[in-house]
Amino acid sequence: MTATSAPVEPAPAPRPAPRDSRGLRTRLRKEAALAYVLLVPALVLFGVFSFYPFLRNFKLMLYETPPVPGLPAHYVGLHQILPTITSTQFTQSLVTTIIFVILVVPISLLLGLALAVAAHRKLKGMAVYRVIFSSTVVSSVAVASVVFGTLLNPVVGLLPWLGINPTPPALENTTWALPSVALITIWQFLGLSFIIMSAGLQSVPDELLEAARIDGAGSWTRFWRMTVPLLSPTIFFAVVVSTIYAFQAFGAVDILIGNQNAVRLHTNVLIYNILNTLQIESNPGAAAIMATVLFLIILGLTLLQLRFLERRVNYAR
Amino acid sequence: MAQVSFDGVTKRFGETTAVNDLTLWIPDGELLVLLGSSGCGKTTALRLVAGLEEITEGTVSIGERVVNDVDPKDRDVAMVFQSYALYPHLSVAKNIEFPLRQRGVAKDERAAKVKRAAETLGLGQLLGRKPAQLSGGQRQRVALARAIVREPTVFLMDEPLSNLDAALRVQTRADIVELQSRLKTTTLYVTHDQVEAMTMGHRIAVMSEGRLQQVAAPEDLYAKPTNVFVAHFLGSPGMNLVEGMLVENGPPDASGGGGSGSGTLCVAFAGASVPLPPEVADAVRGSGPDVVLGLRPEALHLSPDGVIAASVIIVELLGAETHVICHTETGARIIVRQGAGAAKPGIGAAVRIAVDPDPQTYHLFDATTGDRLAGP
Repeated sequence: MTATSAPVEPAPAPRPAPRDSRGLRTRLRKEAALAYVLLVPALVLFGVFSFYPFLRNFKLMLYETPPVPGLPAHYVGLHQILPTITSTQFTQSLVTTIIFVILVVPISLLLGLALAVAAHRKLKGMAVYRVIFSSTVVSSVAVASVVFGTLLNPVVGLLPWLGINPTPPALENTTWALPSVALITIWQFLGLSFIIMSAGLQSVPDELLEAARIDGAGSWTRFWRMTVPLLSPTIFFAVVVSTIYAFQAFGAVDILIGNQNAVRLHTNVLIYNILNTLQIESNPGAAAIMATVLFLIILGLTLLQLRFLERRVNYAR
Repeated sequence: MAQVSFDGVTKRFGETTAVNDLTLWIPDGELLVLLGSSGCGKTTALRLVAGLEEITEGTVSIGERVVNDVDPKDRDVAMVFQSYALYPHLSVAKNIEFPLRQRGVAKDERAAKVKRAAETLGLGQLLGRKPAQLSGGQRQRVALARAIVREPTVFLMDEPLSNLDAALRVQTRADIVELQSRLKTTTLYVTHDQVEAMTMGHRIAVMSEGRLQQVAAPEDLYAKPTNVFVAHFLGSPGMNLVEGMLVENGPPDASGGGGSGSGTLCVAFAGASVPLPPEVADAVRGSGPDVVLGLRPEALHLSPDGVIAASVIIVELLGAETHVICHTETGARIIVRQGAGAAKPGIGAAVRIAVDPDPQTYHLFDATTGDRLAGP
């Protein structure tokens, strides 16, 4: 109830109340106005680069562009949705992406956790290792791709030096192209994974592990029965965040494989497929539908994360 | 059941010496309180027994066994942490059960022991809850239950009451004493609270700056503090300590009692001269001349014929008693504890403070070393 509704029956409340609440309302309105003014820059940015494209995407889904260039797109409603998402190109791209995620997420997180545990010990010079381990997070995809492209090069790279020489070369090989791209992405994720896991480890109180130690738990038991359960919200967070990122992988594929070979080498991940559908095939309608599927996948993951974060409250001491 | 002994134990963290040459013996079944202000090394000493810190020098033994290189889990000690350190992802029952599980106790036996420990501490209704769903006092009891469940030879308690509110602290204090006297388990109890120490300890070991100052039964510690630190640390409010000089034949004694020829030995400081009873005087004659005179607040009272002139700064009413905080002419602070019936002086009033004639009242310390001078 607000004070806006006129009093119908004699109010038992003391007289000055309406006067006060009117003053309060004016003040609240002023505060709200200021808040909106301050929000304007953010709203403009989000509006131009997020909200408008997002809404426009839904409109694009409803129009079909004829394969012949130059003809205008025409309204088809929801009719092109089913053919698009059942097309071989899309399903293969989705499968490729899922394989990519499965390759990238567990390995990068396990490695990140292992490095975080190793760096958590209070040893001299550990700070240097922490910087090294987390450094991959600030390296750009382009640089990482070029470096790994060189390492994987069949002539000057590291692989031939190690005696591994797949033919055709790793980045042109249907079996090895996707794992190679995954390898770069794992390396790139490792920094973030390390940072998240390290932060999680910091939040596990030392006293708890000491108590477990006195209670008779060895280091292995302490890790599995104390650290991991207490780290589970962190691990879950890392899984969701890196899955979301992995679903949107693009740079390494574009730089190392390129759109000529993406489909042939089974590296045609979703974002790449969307881009190709839009630019090479000039089919904005189909691209918009695929983008929406990707959006729904990420939305689902985000909701899962939010629900889990609520559960996390129970762990508060 | 076992005794615990520290033998010349030193612990250094880099440049800092946390525990300095500690030698201390805790007989089987005793509740020894390690008392000191924060940073005095008492918690470190406890952690050395637990095996959570490595000993730099000396040996720690539990029973007959030197445990310097024994893993914490093999020392058969249980520890209650200040933060309780309950496992947040495990239920109360699982928390209590954890040490038994780690020791491979059979399932039926585990269940029986958990039940008994929970009943001992009144946790029967809470076994299914998670620590986050418990109050501070309940968490504290879970921590105690987890400590007693496996019947260790030594309990280590690190300020277990400091996170409880005042009323609960008094209650839990008594509970722990009762529990310890029933189980008769050797207990090291760390606290900075001298009231806790006085009420709980069979003996108290006072530490300061990593060094053991004195170890004695509470009443002995209170009656005969070995140095100014202990004197001031124990008691609430602490002992009044006034710097002065030992002077023969202070003020001319009107009663003419100085028939012994040696006169009356006094502690003189600006504005006052406190005559010492003959027993005390005989014991300390020849020391000094610079001394610190220690007088407990309860051994003083305001009286027109008191020997110390002072002015009242603050009057603290505590119900059953009143603390009158005074400054002497030199600015030395003296607290007088008065009974409820005594007249309360106004702030700023000029008063005279009288000292009880009981020889036990007078504590004399060397002004340079702070050590107690020989006395009754």
